Amino acid sequence: MQDVAIVSFVQSDCVRYAGAQNEVELIMPVVQAALKEAGLSSVQDVDFTCSGSCDYQQGAAFAFVAGVDALGAVPPIKESHVEMDAAWALYESWLKIQMGQAESALIYGFGKSSPGELSNVLSLQLDPYYLAPLGVDTISLAAMQARSLLESGEVNEVDLAEVVVNSRANAKNNPHAQLSGDFTVDQLLAEPETVSPLRKHDCCPISDGAAAMVICTVEKAKAMGKPYAVIKGIDHRIETHHVTLRDLCRSPSVEIAAEKAGVHDAPVDVAEIYAPFSHQEIIVKRALGLDDSVAINPSGGVLAGHLFMASGLSRVGEVAKRIIAGEYKRGVAHATSGPCLQQNMILVLEGM
Amino acid sequence: MAELAAVVGIGQTKYQTKRIDVSIAGLVREAAMNALNDAGLVWDDIDAVILGKAPDMFEGVVMPELYLTDALGCNGKPMIRVHTAGSVGGSTAIVAASHVQSGVFKRVLTVTFEKQSESNAMWALSNPQPFSPHLNAGAGGYFAPIIREYIRRSNAPSDAGIKVAVKDRLHALKNPLAHLQLPDISAEMVEASPMLWDPLRFLESCPSSDGACAMVIAHEDLVDQSPGKPAWIQGAAMRSEPTMYAGREQVSPHAGRDCAKDVYAQADITDPRKDFDCAEVYVPFSWYEPMWLENLGFAEPGTGWELTMSGATSLDEGGDIPWNCSGGVLSSNAIGASGMIRFAEAARQVRGSAEDHQVEGAKKALGHAYGGGAQFYAMWVVGAEKH
Repeated sequence: MQDVAIVSFVQSDCVRYAGAQNEVELIMPVVQAALKEAGLSSVQDVDFTCSGSCDYQQGAAFAFVAGVDALGAVPPIKESHVEMDAAWALYESWLKIQMGQAESALIYGFGKSSPGELSNVLSLQLDPYYLAPLGVDTISLAAMQARSLLESGEVNEVDLAEVVVNSRANAKNNPHAQLSGDFTVDQLLAEPETVSPLRKHDCCPISDGAAAMVICTVEKAKAMGKPYAVIKGIDHRIETHHVTLRDLCRSPSVEIAAEKAGVHDAPVDVAEIYAPFSHQEIIVKRALGLDDSVAINPSGGVLAGHLFMASGLSRVGEVAKRIIAGEYKRGVAHATSGPCLQQNMILVLEGM
Repeated sequence: MAELAAVVGIGQTKYQTKRIDVSIAGLVREAAMNALNDAGLVWDDIDAVILGKAPDMFEGVVMPELYLTDALGCNGKPMIRVHTAGSVGGSTAIVAASHVQSGVFKRVLTVTFEKQSESNAMWALSNPQPFSPHLNAGAGGYFAPIIREYIRRSNAPSDAGIKVAVKDRLHALKNPLAHLQLPDISAEMVEASPMLWDPLRFLESCPSSDGACAMVIAHEDLVDQSPGKPAWIQGAAMRSEPTMYAGREQVSPHAGRDCAKDVYAQADITDPRKDFDCAEVYVPFSWYEPMWLENLGFAEPGTGWELTMSGATSLDEGGDIPWNCSGGVLSSNAIGASGMIRFAEAARQVRGSAEDHQVEGAKKALGHAYGGGAQFYAMWVVGAEKH
């Protein structure tokens, strides 16, 4: 596979409520900024555009159609959309570059979760015959997973609290974060459990916003004269939908994707993990085989701000940004979808 | 340079108003199993699954690819879910093909479906978008004024739509999978049906169907492992434009013309009417046949209806460029699958496996899908030969 360069990444602030801003107003600023950062003047300058979003967030069919209004798609453009996190839009774009149909692509993801109750909306992701009628929301499912992890005896609630302490502390350096600050494990563990064994801070906040990225062939990135990070490996896998059939303490899909993406081929010094719940960071980190020398979620991760449908793309962008800045050499980015980490994508990024 | 890929297996369900005998998982699995059987393969032979469907609100399941992974033998494999409005069936086939053409995968399964009986598509299409004027029109109400503009510009006779409605239902009688089976179909019957959105009558509109369509797409190296003839993918293209912009050409949209030009260039098509043996084109409302004949370059602007009226697009009348031999969207419309059915039926023709609606000796065919406010396009050219 040929290397693909990430030349720009921009995300909006993670805010709990974007007010009357519609999707177009969320998308336009990040798309314009990502194009500008790549030295491009409009969407007409890229060969392919792909986005990720979810109709149910805004509560209307074809929510993504309005997204096209944010692009300036006149004359018409080569464009596609996945009803998935925009990390999978990145994957579709990466394939287009691999097959030689595009040399560059714009990817964006957006979500306005504030109009609804996200954890209830996502209970409609469940098997509509056997699971959805139970009305189990996302947090309750995650709590079941956390419970099985704690009961395995390999992890305790201090470990969970430490994930949150690190996230909040790292997020102090992330201007887009929604939650940040200095906390101690004792402080956090003094908080009441909301859905046992999870406390409020174990769960990601809910955010409105968007993120955009420009990728291209390495040749084109060189010609553009911009610094870039390189996608060395990318793979994604899904597991059975039925949580009761899975060992929730493990993530076989992360293990396979990490292997295929080449995570273990060389040392890793940074990882951005898409873990909407504190315990899931531990599960993914273990599945990736990362030790404590690896910087985990220097942005604060999604516990500091969760742009549902763009958070996976943001993880990739956060790693790329730091590699471009020279802070790290070889990083892993992770994206997830579905209840209890059902589906996962892993990327390996390196410098130019 | 892209690798060569071909369709080596096709599976469909019977299209009908309600499939109460199967769950959503049962529906997609039926099409997938049919495609695997057609390709002489089993689940383990598949490297990835590419799923497509129209809005999640049609069944009320958010991102159903998560729930359908078990039914589609995808556990431990990559699963991707495409959604590009009505064109999604075509887009999904193209995304699936790119998995193989990129050289990343050897053989993939792609599945699209809609189980429209789970909800009311008219409602799901018409609920208000925040901060936008509420049309509450459904698809027919949206397209009717555009069709009237086509009639005004082209001076088409008022019965051109009726001609298409009858022709595609006669085609459907040769396709046992088609939803509408109307043996008594006639111009009089169409004309007597209720006017829904002037000039569209009830029988000039597509039905609402449950159904699924699946294909196995394989790399050149593995094509011989399947028993049937392959349908080689000679070109594939997508285009999008906004729903509204100043000066937008809505009757013959720019994006459709560009998309056709792109896919024709890839497949060396210079005169579509001559170079293709047949086409499966997304015609959910009768009048879109003459309109797309022009948009896709089969006829000069303003003359698409002449082709239709002459019988050129009819299999029964021995036309030189039969369109929608399967009965088309006018006879079966499981929305999320409809685009892929076009792509798959084009492939069936060049594989010589279209049974009673086979165009004799078909070597090259066009598959076409469109969606949104006629703003999203997906097309592919398939051939009996590699190039």
